Amino acid sequence: MSEAYFRVESGALGSEENFLSLDDILMSHEKLPVRMETAMPRLGAFFLERSGGAETDNAVPQGSKLELPLWLAKGLFDNKRRILSVELPKIYQEGWRTVFSADANVVDLHKIGPHFYGFGSQLLHFDSPENADISQSLLQTFIGRFRRIMDSSQNAYNEDTSALVARLDEMERGLFQTGQKGLNDFQCWEKGQASQITVSTLVQNYKKRKFTDMED
Amino acid sequence: MFCEKATELVRELHRAPEGQLPAFNEDGLRQVLEEMKALYEQNQSDVNEAKSGGRSDLIPTIKFRHCSLLRNRRCTVAYLYDRLLRIRALRWEYGSILPNALRFHMSAEEMEWFNNYKKSLATYMRSLGGREGLDITQDMKPPKSLYIEVRCLKDYGEFEVDDGTSVLLKKNSQHFLPRWKCEQLIRQGVLEHILS
Repeated sequence: MSEAYFRVESGALGSEENFLSLDDILMSHEKLPVRMETAMPRLGAFFLERSGGAETDNAVPQGSKLELPLWLAKGLFDNKRRILSVELPKIYQEGWRTVFSADANVVDLHKIGPHFYGFGSQLLHFDSPENADISQSLLQTFIGRFRRIMDSSQNAYNEDTSALVARLDEMERGLFQTGQKGLNDFQCWEKGQASQITVSTLVQNYKKRKFTDMED
Repeated sequence: MFCEKATELVRELHRAPEGQLPAFNEDGLRQVLEEMKALYEQNQSDVNEAKSGGRSDLIPTIKFRHCSLLRNRRCTVAYLYDRLLRIRALRWEYGSILPNALRFHMSAEEMEWFNNYKKSLATYMRSLGGREGLDITQDMKPPKSLYIEVRCLKDYGEFEVDDGTSVLLKKNSQHFLPRWKCEQLIRQGVLEHILS
């Protein structure tokens, strides 16, 4: 990992995403189910199966159920629900919440939505009556899984970790990576290599790439 | 849906392994700006129609396009900003002279930014430590000794040491050199620091 590159971190777990965070932009690209509370003229081209056709000014009819990205849902939402109302995605509803409370560790969080925690936290903006339960569920799920992530990141040294991170969501993967870095730095120090000046990883990666360019 | 191209730009950067700078996607950026122009013009026209033609039902549509404009702007700004962070890292990890391969990945404006950053950094470093200034890009790890053992990883040529003598850096040759002269060459992968 480059030592001098400090990317803008995700703010999704807090009250607001970070405007410049690439992670947050990708997280808010994920979709959620919404219901249009009013017709939207001239946008029918995007939702051809539901479009009202030319007589309605090519509108998306009122009452349509669609999947919109989070950023769009957030932008069009207001507390009077004049334009749209939001439905909770299944994984944040009661059924799945029970699964999480039974055993949080067995769930493949990468598959059910790679930004489980971030997306779930931002979902709270839509004032669902289940907000309190959702936030509790997010927290308890994380608490249930954290121990395993910490243990595995601190004990997997110089080995293939793909099996360990396969079922982690993006935030958990970041945590795992941080743990691995700590472990590697410590081992390096223990071996007396901490004072050794090393090749910049950036440089190494460019060299590797140049080689493959030549092969083309 | 709008903003597909903008999201693609962000994804492209996100995919590049930590810190690497992919080529500047001039074409992608142009497409995003074109989409923004089209959205803006459509909204201008619909706003006029809503005001004078009494089409207040157009307001949700106008809002939809407006959100897309904001999203395109966010993606573009984040793309450009993250690239600058990567370019800044190059100064610290690679040095002040970048290889051509890297320079081709940067836009003209980014190159200009890099040069200005270099200058600011140099001015700052000169202002430290009395009359000579202080090179803070050296000694990134606390040094244990003044001289270090290094092995040459590739042919580099003649290298002048402080007292005027020069050393021939040929592949696999080993030398005992002052740390401050070697640090950059080690970071660039020309020399290898050997621990005794």
